[in-house]
Amino acid sequence: MEAILTVNNLKTTFLTGSGAVQAVRGISFQVGKGEIVGIVGESGSGKSVSSMSILRLLPGTARIDRESSIVFDGQELTGLTPKQLRQIRGKRISMIFQDPMSSLNPLIPVGKQVEEMLKIHHKELTREQLRRQVLELFGQVRIPEPEKRLKEFPHQFSGGMRQRVMIAMALANKPDLLIADEPTTALDVTIQDQILKQLRTLQQESGASIIFITHDLGVVAELCQRVLVMYGGLIMEEAPIDDLFENPGHPYTMGLMASIPALNQDKTGRLPSIPGSPPDMTNPPQGCPFAPRCPYARKICAAQCPPYVSLGENRRSMCWLLQPDAPAENNPFRKEAAR
Amino acid sequence: MNENILEVEHLTQHFRLGRKEVVHAVDDVSFCIRRGQTLGLVGESGCGKSSCARSIIRVYDPTGGTILLDGTDITHMSQKQLQPLRRKMQMVFQDPYSSLNARMTVRDIIAEPLLAHHVVKNREQANSFVYPMLERVGLTREHADRYAHEFSGGQRQRVGIARALVLQPELVICDEPISALDVSIQAQVVNLLRDYQQEKGLAYLFIAHDLSMVRYVSDVVGVMYLGQLVELCGAEEIYSHPLHPYTQGLLSAIPVANPALARQKKSGGVAGDLPSPVTPPAGCRFHTRCPFAKPICSQEAPCMKEAAPGHSVACHLYD
Repeated sequence: MEAILTVNNLKTTFLTGSGAVQAVRGISFQVGKGEIVGIVGESGSGKSVSSMSILRLLPGTARIDRESSIVFDGQELTGLTPKQLRQIRGKRISMIFQDPMSSLNPLIPVGKQVEEMLKIHHKELTREQLRRQVLELFGQVRIPEPEKRLKEFPHQFSGGMRQRVMIAMALANKPDLLIADEPTTALDVTIQDQILKQLRTLQQESGASIIFITHDLGVVAELCQRVLVMYGGLIMEEAPIDDLFENPGHPYTMGLMASIPALNQDKTGRLPSIPGSPPDMTNPPQGCPFAPRCPYARKICAAQCPPYVSLGENRRSMCWLLQPDAPAENNPFRKEAAR
Repeated sequence: MNENILEVEHLTQHFRLGRKEVVHAVDDVSFCIRRGQTLGLVGESGCGKSSCARSIIRVYDPTGGTILLDGTDITHMSQKQLQPLRRKMQMVFQDPYSSLNARMTVRDIIAEPLLAHHVVKNREQANSFVYPMLERVGLTREHADRYAHEFSGGQRQRVGIARALVLQPELVICDEPISALDVSIQAQVVNLLRDYQQEKGLAYLFIAHDLSMVRYVSDVVGVMYLGQLVELCGAEEIYSHPLHPYTQGLLSAIPVANPALARQKKSGGVAGDLPSPVTPPAGCRFHTRCPFAKPICSQEAPCMKEAAPGHSVACHLYD
């Protein structure tokens, strides 16, 4: 598959009073044209910072490492001036954020806000053309009574409807890549379900690529084709969606899956949980970031970060236990092979 | 001793909005919780599950109905009369950041209920309760003199749980206790709550919107929609044989962590948005979004009936 985005060795650090927070510590991945890639991780895993780094939507305290490279459609983004980057933001790469309330201006009618998105990149459009395009976008994201609603203000919209406005805005300039950062986390399951269905349809119609960031493995299973599992600022595992769920290739992924109760979960026992808490990123562990919580950890895990092991096409994982010379005892991957 | 630690009958909680308008937050909700059991309440945001919990714990004065705590009617008790009874009923809040006083140490936070209820006379005496409690919730003595901001979300929630459990209550109301936590931490907190329940036999009212977690922790599950209870039955039953169209829609909207199954399920879900609780639809409140709505549904409100043994539902389809 042809890549629309290639990220190479991305490192993003925040300078704070209590030391440098190494939010993203060298990640590389690709997004194909028309592909939906999920980035899964818990809070502090670096999943949002990675996506914000692509569009450089970062606070002044953030530093992207000089050696990092982000190539979008053949163009290197890291060296661009803010002015050049603005030509890309919202036009070729757009973003949907988690909180649809704070991402909209409460004092401006929603129709005007969507219009603004079009106006910035297409100065030639007349007022009537703009209005018609906004109406069309509202129809696309299934906002009922668009004529009436585009004059309303964000507070008159429900959470789900606001998120639809955000999606309309993001799609206004027919971007090649859409970055959705937890767009359904603040919504109820019934509304989340509606929005996911809509995103899938819109993606099929437009052929845009999507990076979908979430902490919810269920959402990933419903929407994405390929998944990156992040922990401690690193990609722990990358896998096509079916492979990840059938055969997780990292102890962290295994733990994450086990701690979500299935609807037929046995209720008599305890819920499998991952002990401990995520690492402090001002002083990240020297070895594998998951080692302190990993039930299979060995000495080497804490001492040295493991290299990636390829587990097939588009599939890699970072774990010492996958090395050919790893001992079979207390090794989840060996048991798998024996079966 | 009463078999039920909590009995809620026809509980109604309205809030006035200006002169004329009224928010129908909770309307005619009835259920009971047996000793040592867990009742899970689920529903979309705005369905009244939190208002219901707050009325029960008497943060609000209920508009109607009765609340019996261990057989005692607490519906219209004054806060002074309620004070001694509060030992039996404690609460764990959703947000572990705003529900702990930032200027108090963990020791003071956990000791406060003991001092307020005169279980101990001073802070020194409180320590004999605080230390075992800290260890019980998976923290250590060394944590006692730290402040809330020094802890992660999961650890803070443990402090909130310790504060609720230190009085050895018989009923704990957990209002979305895990929603703000990461997946890997959620399981830790749920295990902690369940272990303690098995040890002490206390009852929980567990409010959440995560249906798979509710099924896992609850004995009985109630589904709320726009201020009303629409279905109430055993936790297994509600997932294997959901009767109310809303429950069915809610269940089918949960994302399945299994790509093969996710592709199979195409339809389902619930269309549309939650109507306003200020002007709830006439008849069955769900009829505006219900795929099976009949003419009667928009005219007459269905009442809770037992459709199968131990399985109540409020829906005209089961008349």
